[in-house]
Amino acid sequence: MDYILQLLSSLTQEALAPTTAAFALAAIGLNVHFGLTGLVNMGQAAFLLLGAYGFAISITNGLPFGMAVLVALAISIVFAVILGIPTLRLRGDYLAIVTISGAEIIRMVGRSSLLTDTTGGSNGITGSSYRDPFNALSFLPDGTTTILWFSYSNNGVNGWWIRIVGWGLVALFTLVLFLLMRSPWGRVVKAIREDEDAVRSLGKNVYSYKMQALVFGGALGALGGIIYVLPSSVQPDAMGRSMTFFIWTALILGGAATVFGPVLGSILFFVLRLFIRTIAGDFIPNSIMNAQQAEQFSYVLVGVALMLLIVFRPQGLLGNKKELTFSV
Amino acid sequence: MSEPTTTPGVPTALTAVQHAPGSPKPDAILTVDNITRRFGGMTAVDVGHLEVQRGAITALIGPNGAGKTTFFNLLTGFDKPSSGKDARWQFNGKTLGNTGAAKVARAGMVRTFQLTKALSRLTVMQNMLLGAKDQPGENFFAALISPVWRKREQEITAKAEDLLDRFKLLEKKDDYAGSLSGGQRKLLEMARALMSDPTMIMLDEPMAGVNPALTQSLLGHIQSLRDDGMTVLFVEHDMHMVRHISDWVVVMAEGKVVAEGPAATVMDDQAVIDAYLGAHHDTDLGDDSLLNEETYEELADEVAEEDAADTADEGKATR
Repeated sequence: MDYILQLLSSLTQEALAPTTAAFALAAIGLNVHFGLTGLVNMGQAAFLLLGAYGFAISITNGLPFGMAVLVALAISIVFAVILGIPTLRLRGDYLAIVTISGAEIIRMVGRSSLLTDTTGGSNGITGSSYRDPFNALSFLPDGTTTILWFSYSNNGVNGWWIRIVGWGLVALFTLVLFLLMRSPWGRVVKAIREDEDAVRSLGKNVYSYKMQALVFGGALGALGGIIYVLPSSVQPDAMGRSMTFFIWTALILGGAATVFGPVLGSILFFVLRLFIRTIAGDFIPNSIMNAQQAEQFSYVLVGVALMLLIVFRPQGLLGNKKELTFSV
Repeated sequence: MSEPTTTPGVPTALTAVQHAPGSPKPDAILTVDNITRRFGGMTAVDVGHLEVQRGAITALIGPNGAGKTTFFNLLTGFDKPSSGKDARWQFNGKTLGNTGAAKVARAGMVRTFQLTKALSRLTVMQNMLLGAKDQPGENFFAALISPVWRKREQEITAKAEDLLDRFKLLEKKDDYAGSLSGGQRKLLEMARALMSDPTMIMLDEPMAGVNPALTQSLLGHIQSLRDDGMTVLFVEHDMHMVRHISDWVVVMAEGKVVAEGPAATVMDDQAVIDAYLGAHHDTDLGDDSLLNEETYEELADEVAEEDAADTADEGKATR
């Protein structure tokens, strides 16, 4: 009994962790790209990484907190525009190729030893060098608060303040996504997802709509990146291709083109992985599978789950099959 | 109803127009000059000059591969002419050379497609609302504040219901367009194009796949559009329909406009018969009795000429 309670408490804590909120934000951004507009962005992690770098480097160079966030957003917007200009006039596949290589370029440049003074090279930037201005904004008193079994320090490195801001942003942008989806703007981009030429023949500037979606989703990715690195550190190698695929898994698991799909998907993604890891660690003897292997095994299961999902429930948990975003 | 709407006769404005390719019209809404489109070595469209009369129904006919759809794509900005800057076309006083498809549509020339592009994962009503112009909610920031676009949304919804009713699709308005039959999709696409109140509507084979009873009522709709002052240009293979509603017929063959005229007489034009049936359609080429002395001589001359031409070509090539 105690074991189950302890497991449940650690699973719920994982569900509400800042990292989950960061993934949810990035998945909402990807939902605007793929779910609404049909843009196959295979480099969402680059937007997170650019957001993280933009924020952290601005702070370490003495910019105030607000400016640092603006710099992070501006960089991600510029990146989106640069990726979009050559590819958005072409068929969707080209965007996928360009974003995946664009993301790798950003990561490789970030970890290059030539830039060690700025980006910290492959070691990244430690959290303590950019975290203070964010924690200084907290209106919470110092100390530790316990609600149910959630016990965190109010303003600590990984405490209540970052959780409140992270999930507050998730709630805000879920609302924005909801408003966009039922608006005429949402109608136009959903139509673009299906047939660009039809939309063009009705007098809409398809290129401009795709660019708007790419920029908006990318900016959300940058915000997610800031939330992702605030409780930890900027690690370029932790924000590579695999992160992009995890965001995709979260989105498809929850349901692309739905309002709560990205959030639900992100939560389930982390909770299920922790669940597999814990169960495997506690019940499978070390001679068969040790903790490190259990971690990797959980990733294997993520891949299997993604395949099964695409085959048997391509609309995700919350999606509407009639409105499926990709053809199967 | 006035005389020209019910009979396949020629409307008064077009009676004086010469029955020749590229003839000038008294009130042309669309004027096309030097528009060519090549795909590799094949010239799909090569139109020197064409005018389309305002407020009339013009049919564009021609055998398969005549370049009708390519010509349509060029006019509506979905394709770019190979003739570059020489290609010029004017629509309603505006120059439309090298203009994107969306801008052409905003200028008031809206098209439909031969293979329908009904958006099957949107509902019928959403398809219709997409066709409307001036919806402020299509701006990203305005979209977030619903009071900005609510009123306009109600206006265009009412208009869409009205149009759907006319096209017998009203009871389907909340169904996904993917659940409609092929003919209904054609209707939806036409209704959607009308949502923007175009000055000219371009229909690419509007009747293909529509059942005969519906065709009749659609023909009525197209004629009433014309009576409301809209210009209609359509591509069609069904000659019965062409005879029935078109005021003027333009015939294309091998990328060129070969004949123009009213439906009743244009089919008798020698160029049209040649285009559809081949220049030797009334000669039985397998009949040996036709091969008299005279024909032998003619054929021999032709062969000699071709040989001479070939050697000349070869000479050029080897040099």
